Amino acid sequence: MRLTSLTVAAGLALASASFAETVAPGDVVFDEYGAVEASLTGVAGDPANGRSVIVSKKRGNCIACHSAEAWADELFHGEVGPTLDGVGGYRSAAELRGILVNSKKTFEGTVMPAYYKVDGFNRPGDAYTGKAAKELSPLLTAQEIEDVVAFLASLQD
Amino acid sequence: MKIKAVTAIAAVLLSTSVFADEDAELVVNGEIEMVTKTAAPAHLSDALDEVLSGWRFRSDETQLMQMDDFDNPGMVAVDAAAEAWDAVEGSEGKSCASCHGDVADSMVGVRAVYPKWNDAAEEVRTLAMQINDCRENKMGAEKYGYTSGDMAAMEALISVQSRGMPVNVAIDGPVQATWEAGKDLYYTRTGQLDLSCASCHEQNYGNMIRADHLSQGQINGFPVYRLKNAKLNTAHARFKGCVRDTRAETFKPGSAEFIALELYVASRGNGLSVEAPSVRN
Ligand code: HEC
Ligand code: HEC
Ligand code: HEC
Repeated sequence: MRLTSLTVAAGLALASASFAETVAPGDVVFDEYGAVEASLTGVAGDPANGRSVIVSKKRGNCIACHSAEAWADELFHGEVGPTLDGVGGYRSAAELRGILVNSKKTFEGTVMPAYYKVDGFNRPGDAYTGKAAKELSPLLTAQEIEDVVAFLASLQD
Repeated sequence: MKIKAVTAIAAVLLSTSVFADEDAELVVNGEIEMVTKTAAPAHLSDALDEVLSGWRFRSDETQLMQMDDFDNPGMVAVDAAAEAWDAVEGSEGKSCASCHGDVADSMVGVRAVYPKWNDAAEEVRTLAMQINDCRENKMGAEKYGYTSGDMAAMEALISVQSRGMPVNVAIDGPVQATWEAGKDLYYTRTGQLDLSCASCHEQNYGNMIRADHLSQGQINGFPVYRLKNAKLNTAHARFKGCVRDTRAETFKPGSAEFIALELYVASRGNGLSVEAPSVRN
């Protein structure tokens, strides 16, 4: 009896330890310019995965609006947003993170979607079904955001 | 046979690149001169200088298909609707022709002014609503589905009679409140991507969004034959797709919201030619 409840307690403690670092979408802290200083996960970003998030239609689909030399080998680049060549040279990781979490805090009224936000939308849908959403997940996970930040930070002129 | 001919023509034009620019002009069958670019109507002049037909944003091959009715795959549906026009249906034993005679006489100019106010019903009517009103109440026949192939075809047949005429929908008087509601919808962001019609079709027309060349999202060409789904598409079906693509809960075709939006979007194209059935990718 005591042993079981101890194990359960230990298990809980472990679980909360490993998730303690993941900041929920509603808890992200922005500075006055829209930058986010703290990592969302505490785990270093994986730039290779970040690149694949950027070019994947099913994940970030950043390529729909942005071009860059770093993914020039992919088909079809959008022109709605600026090219991201060298963006790691003039934007800090905190700025990049802030732009990804909620770009409107950096660029008022921008058409760029917020990738780590789950409330405040008008008629949110269940992905691309056209039906009402039951529960919204952010467009990217916390770790995917960190991975994209790591990749963008590596884009230097 | 037809397809081969189109391909052959396209190949010739490609190699000589006659239509390789956005300044190509649209003349259908060598005789109907279409206005695909003109000064924005007064109500829009704060936002845009010019209004442009979606035709100008399409590839050379797609543009070409709309220049000759023999190459326009949407004309098959027009022929089918011409038969439906003469076909007796419903409890009253009537066809459209029983009351309206020759479509080529009675329907000239109709498409150019829709959606419009209907006095007796005291409502804004889209062409689709009017067609269904006649079917239900004048013929005693079943309504067409709002975005069905039969509806798109009948709209196309009626629209063809106005090809080349300027779109000229009224925006004041009894329709004004509906028009305002449509305008609000146009500028209201929806969905998890948080985009409005204006985000793409006003702020970003001319830009590529992934593989798509963004147009102004005009409806002067509707119903539109899309190569993507190989059929005629109604304006409300297109609206639905665009709202869905913002990761939003869409409105229903035929809903009060889409009727208002149709009136407003149509009015943004006042001055462009009625092009239907146009061809897009
Ligand atoms: C719908 C189009 C769209 C999509 C999709 C999009 N962006 Fe953007 N992005 C923009 C626009 C437009 C701007 C310019 C900001 C402004 O003024 O509105 C921008 C700005 C940026 C900037 C700042 C660049 C600078 O020069 O400071 C970064 C970084 C960025 N985007 C990254 C991304 C990433 C990463 C993704 C995918 C996860 C993405 N964007 C998806 C439209 C988009
Ligand atoms: C029994 C006679 C009758 C039949 C049959 C009939 N209509 Fe009508 N239709 C009318 C009348 C009357 C009006 C105008 C009065 C009104 O606004 O309701 C009208 C109006 C219209 C208009 C609007 C014209 C304008 O100038 O605004 C269209 C379009 C139309 N009909 C299409 C059709 C089609 C398509 C069919 C066959 C599917 C059809 N009608 C069958 C009697 C008929
Ligand atoms: C994310 C960007 C985006 C948004 C937001 C959007 N659309 Fe579109 N729309 C497109 C693309 C891409 C196409 C296909 C290429 C083109 O014609 O622009 C298109 C096509 C259209 C067309 C067909 C034009 C033609 O000539 O065949 C219409 C009409 C249209 N949109 C209306 C709307 C309306 C109304 C809204 C708002 C409810 C809207 N769109 C919102 C991206 C968008």
